[in-house]
Amino acid sequence: MTTLLSPELDSSREPAAPPRRHYLNAGYTVRSWLLTVDHKRIGLLYLLSITFFFLIGGVAATVVRLDLMTPAGDLVSHETYNKLFTIHGIVMIFFFLIPSIPAVLGNFLLPLMLGARDLAFPKLNLLSWYIFIIGGLFTLYAIVAGGVDTGWTFYAPFSSTYSNTHVMATAIGIFITGFSSILTGLNFIVTTHKMRAPGQTWFRLPLFVWSIYATSLIQVLGTPVLAISLALIAVERGLGIGIFDPKLGGDPRLFQHLFWFYSHPAVYIMILPGMGVVSEIIPCFCRKRVFGYAFIGFSSFAIAVFSFLVWGHHMFVSGQSVYAGMVFSMLSYLVAIPSAIKVFNWTASLHKARITFDTPMLYALGFVGLFTSGGLTGLFLAALGIDEHVHDTYFVVAHFHYIMVGGAVMAYLGGIHFWWPKMTGRMYPEGWARFSAILIFVGFNLTFFPQYILGYLGMPRRYHVYPEEFQVLNVMSSAGASILAVGYAFPLTYLLWSLVYGRLAPPNPWRATGLEWQTPSPPPTENFDEPPVVLDEAYDYERMDAAAGEAQARAGQEVTVV
Amino acid sequence: MSDLPLSPAPASHAGHGAGRSPALHHQFEDLAQQHEAGEMGMWMFLATEVMFFGGMFLTYSLYRMQDEAAFAAASHQMDLWWGTANTAVLLTSSLMMASAVHAAQTSQRKLLEGMLLATMALGTVFLCIKGYEYYEKYREGHMPLFGLPFRYDGPSPEHAEMFFGLYFIMTGIHALHMLIGLGLLLWLWAHARRGGLLGEFSAPVHITGLYWHFVDIVWVFLFPFLYLIGAHG
Repeated sequence: MTTLLSPELDSSREPAAPPRRHYLNAGYTVRSWLLTVDHKRIGLLYLLSITFFFLIGGVAATVVRLDLMTPAGDLVSHETYNKLFTIHGIVMIFFFLIPSIPAVLGNFLLPLMLGARDLAFPKLNLLSWYIFIIGGLFTLYAIVAGGVDTGWTFYAPFSSTYSNTHVMATAIGIFITGFSSILTGLNFIVTTHKMRAPGQTWFRLPLFVWSIYATSLIQVLGTPVLAISLALIAVERGLGIGIFDPKLGGDPRLFQHLFWFYSHPAVYIMILPGMGVVSEIIPCFCRKRVFGYAFIGFSSFAIAVFSFLVWGHHMFVSGQSVYAGMVFSMLSYLVAIPSAIKVFNWTASLHKARITFDTPMLYALGFVGLFTSGGLTGLFLAALGIDEHVHDTYFVVAHFHYIMVGGAVMAYLGGIHFWWPKMTGRMYPEGWARFSAILIFVGFNLTFFPQYILGYLGMPRRYHVYPEEFQVLNVMSSAGASILAVGYAFPLTYLLWSLVYGRLAPPNPWRATGLEWQTPSPPPTENFDEPPVVLDEAYDYERMDAAAGEAQARAGQEVTVV
Repeated sequence: MSDLPLSPAPASHAGHGAGRSPALHHQFEDLAQQHEAGEMGMWMFLATEVMFFGGMFLTYSLYRMQDEAAFAAASHQMDLWWGTANTAVLLTSSLMMASAVHAAQTSQRKLLEGMLLATMALGTVFLCIKGYEYYEKYREGHMPLFGLPFRYDGPSPEHAEMFFGLYFIMTGIHALHMLIGLGLLLWLWAHARRGGLLGEFSAPVHITGLYWHFVDIVWVFLFPFLYLIGAHG
C-alpha cells in the first residue's frame, strides 16, 4: 500500500525526536478536549469513557462470581443478584463492547488508514460521543437509583408490565446510546466511500476498514430496530398500549423477534471489528502478505448480511413454528462459512512465516483460538435438538463469552497494544504486556471452560442457587475470574505508566505497512504533513522487508531480522 | 448537518490554501466531495429511519393479520375526510420544500424564504388537523392510552383497541418526526433570512428536503394502512 518504503521511514531502531506539534499537545484545556472535532481526540474520549464502563461491568461480574462460589446464594439477595447480572450485561454490551473497537480504534484509525484529514462529519462525531455519554448517564442513574432486573434482553411482558425496577430509565439510556452507534456507523460508511486518498482503492484498503465498514452497516440498519423495540416497551409501560403483554392483547414473542433482529447482528458488531484488528496484526508479525485478502474482506460482508437472517435461533424454545426453527437453524450454520474462511486464512497466513510473538500477536493468536472455540460451540447451539437441551444454560453463557471476551476483548486489547505507540507516542513495557496477555488467556479459559461443562450438565444461567455437585466447577470459574481480573489490572496500570515513563515511540515501531504508520507518532492534528498518495496493495511485507534489507546492506550494516 | 457551512462568514477556512471555496469544510478536498458526503450521510440516516418505522409496520402487519375484519371495522371509525385533507396538505408541503431547494440552488433568496415558510405553514396545518383528530378520538372513547375508558361497539373490541393503540403510536411517532422537521426548517429559515444557504451553501436545504420528503412518504404508507382498510367494500 505504501507510498514510501524508503529506509528513512523505517526508523524502528532509533526513536525519532518527538514532533513539535501533534494532536495531543495541540491544546491542554478541558475545552480543547470537550469541544474537539479531531477524530483522534474523540477516539481517546471514547477510550476513557468505555474503560470507566468496563470497570462498572467488571465490578458487577465480580460480585456475581463471588456469589456463585457457594451453592446457597448467600452473598446477595435474589433481587440483587438479578440486578447484578443485568447491569453486567447491559453495561458490557451497550457501553463497552459495541463502542469498544469501532468508537475507539475505528475513530482513531479510519481517517488515518484512508489517508484523510478527518471523518466526513467531525461535529457529528463529537455529537455521537455526547449522545453516548447522555445515554450512559441515564443508565448510571438507573443503576444508582436501585437497578434493573430484567436481564439485558428486556423480555416482555416482564419488562413492560411486571418488573418494578428502573426499566424506563435504562431503556431510555440504551435508546439514546443507540443513536450514538447509528451516527458513528453512518459517519464511517460515508467516510469510507468519500474520503479515501488518491489511489486508495477498495482493494488496497486495510482489512480493518473492510470489517469496520461491514460493522457500520449493521449499526445503521440494526440499531433502529432495537430503538423501536425499546420504544414500544416504553409505550407499553408509560401509555398502557398492550403491544407485548398477552393480558392486553399483545404477543410477547413479537418482542423477542424485534429484539433479536437487532441483538443477534449486534454480536457481529462486537466481533467483526475484532476480526479486522486481527487481520492487521497477523500479517505484520508474520512479515508476509495476508492469505486471501479478498476472501477475508468479502467474508466480513457475508457475515454482516447473514447476521440479519439468523435471529430466530434465540427462539427455538419460545414456541415459534418448528419450520421457522429449521430455517433459522440452517441459516445459522451458514454464518460458519465466512467465519471459517477467516480463521483458515489467518492460519494460512502463519504458514512458513517468520513469526514474532510480540504482545499484539499474542492477543491475535489468542483471539483465533478462542473465537474458533466459541464459534464451534455456536454450531452446537444452532442445532435444534442440542439447543433444546442447553438453551438458557451456562453452555450458552460460555459460548458467547468465548466470542465476546475471548474474541472481542482479546482483539480490543491486541489493537490497543498494537496502536498504542501511534496513539500516545510512547511504547508500553513489552515484558509486562506479554506476561499479562498470557495471564488473561489462562484466566479466561479457567473462567469460562468450566461453564461449558456446567451448562452441559444442566446448570441454568441467571440462577444463583445451585445443587452441591456443581460447586467444584463454579469455584474453578470464580478462581479463573480472579486471575482474569488481575490480568486486566496489569494493562490498565502499565499503559498509564507508559504515558509518562514509556520509551518514545518511533513513527513505525512494528515496521508495519499502512498509511497510519507513515505519519509521526503521535500524528499531527491534520494527520499527514503531505496528503498521501497510495500506489500499492496493503500488506506487501515481503517487498518492504526486501527494501529495508537492501538499504541496510548498502549502508554496510549487519542485516538482522527483528 | 451542522458539518456543512451555511454562509460565507468564517475566515478560518482560508488557511487551507488559495482557491478553496469558503463553503468548503477543512476535512474535504472540494465542494463536490462535500456535497456527495452530506447527501450520502442523509441517505444512510434515512435507511436507519426505514428500519425504525419498519419495526412498527411489522407490528402493525402482525396484529392486522390476526384479525383482518376487526382492523377493517375499526378503520371505518377514522375520519376519511380529515385524513385525505391531511394527505393533500403534506404532499403540497413537499412541493414547497422542493421549490425551496430549487430556490436555494439558484440563489433566489426571497423565494427560498417564502418556500420555507410555506413548507412550515403546511406542516403546522397537518399537525393541527392531526391534533384535532386525536381530540375527536378522545371524545369518542377511542383513545386507549393512560388507562382511559375504551368505548367501542363494533366486532372484537380487543382487536379494535389494538388498532387504535397502533394508530396512536404510528401517527404519534410520525408527528414527532414532523416536529423535528419543523425545527430544522425553522433553523434553515433563520439562516436564509440572514442571506445564507444560497448557491454553493445550499446543501443543508437539499439535505433537510430529503428528510422532509421521507417523513411525507411515511405518511403515504400510514394513510392507507390506517384509514383505507376495506374502504373499497
